[in-house]
Amino acid sequence: MNKTMSLEISLEALIAGDRAEFARLVDTYSGPIYRLGLRMLGTPQDAEDVLQNTFLNVLTHLSTFEGRSSLSTWLYRIAANEALMLIRKKKPEVNMDDAQAGENDEDLLPTQFVDWSALPEDELLSGEGKQILDAAIQTLPEAMRIVFVLRDVEGLSIKETADALNLTETNVKTRLLRARMFLREQLSMYYGERITREE
Amino acid sequence: MTDHAHTNCEELLSSLSLYIDGELNPELCHELEKHLAGCDNCRVVLNTTKRTLDLVHAPIEKLDVPEDVRERLFKRLKLDDYLNQKS
Repeated sequence: MNKTMSLEISLEALIAGDRAEFARLVDTYSGPIYRLGLRMLGTPQDAEDVLQNTFLNVLTHLSTFEGRSSLSTWLYRIAANEALMLIRKKKPEVNMDDAQAGENDEDLLPTQFVDWSALPEDELLSGEGKQILDAAIQTLPEAMRIVFVLRDVEGLSIKETADALNLTETNVKTRLLRARMFLREQLSMYYGERITREE
Repeated sequence: MTDHAHTNCEELLSSLSLYIDGELNPELCHELEKHLAGCDNCRVVLNTTKRTLDLVHAPIEKLDVPEDVRERLFKRLKLDDYLNQKS
């Protein structure tokens, strides 16, 4: 989802109730929202629920959209809320406040120092490596994962991510750093072990 | 960070993410680069973090919305008339 795509959608037409334009909006943003649902919830069924609920919500609230953020940021905000609400419903024990996002400095400290960055591209991108990464993303605390998904998977800027999640930019940066450090550790354990085995 | 005893490491580590994104202010950038030149462990952390992000961004099979999911979505939104007009 990029700005050019969102510019092509006419907000005026959407608010005026133009169904064809709404269908175009749905087709333009379904992919990123479905992927966000999959990354956050982990199953196609839940991702579909996030997708449907997001657009039902958009339909209900479109007339009150004030344009203070871009249309895409607004859509991501709704989708992120839907995903987080569904997680709360399915896992009421999950705490999504800041503490859950890992404010403990020790979470940040690297313990793995094997340099696997020079491994050949095809080896890094082998199915298994990608699987390890996907599994590691799934184990990030939700409050950290949603930041990572919006910023690093979907490519929103820090500001757009902060706007979509109603967080400060500082908070987004902190969570992003922790998420990246965590994923680096997980991949380093995997590739580090492979390098050691090969030596 | 027992294996990583340089005093600046922890402090500079918090700038790593911004450094990778090219959003670190020039002064801190200079300080970090100076540190990286003399600290093997921090260089490894930087390089492997960059590679981790390369992997995240790697062009995998682009996951599109499955056709049956799109169909159910359009029906739910009463957009049936537009099902065949994919943009």
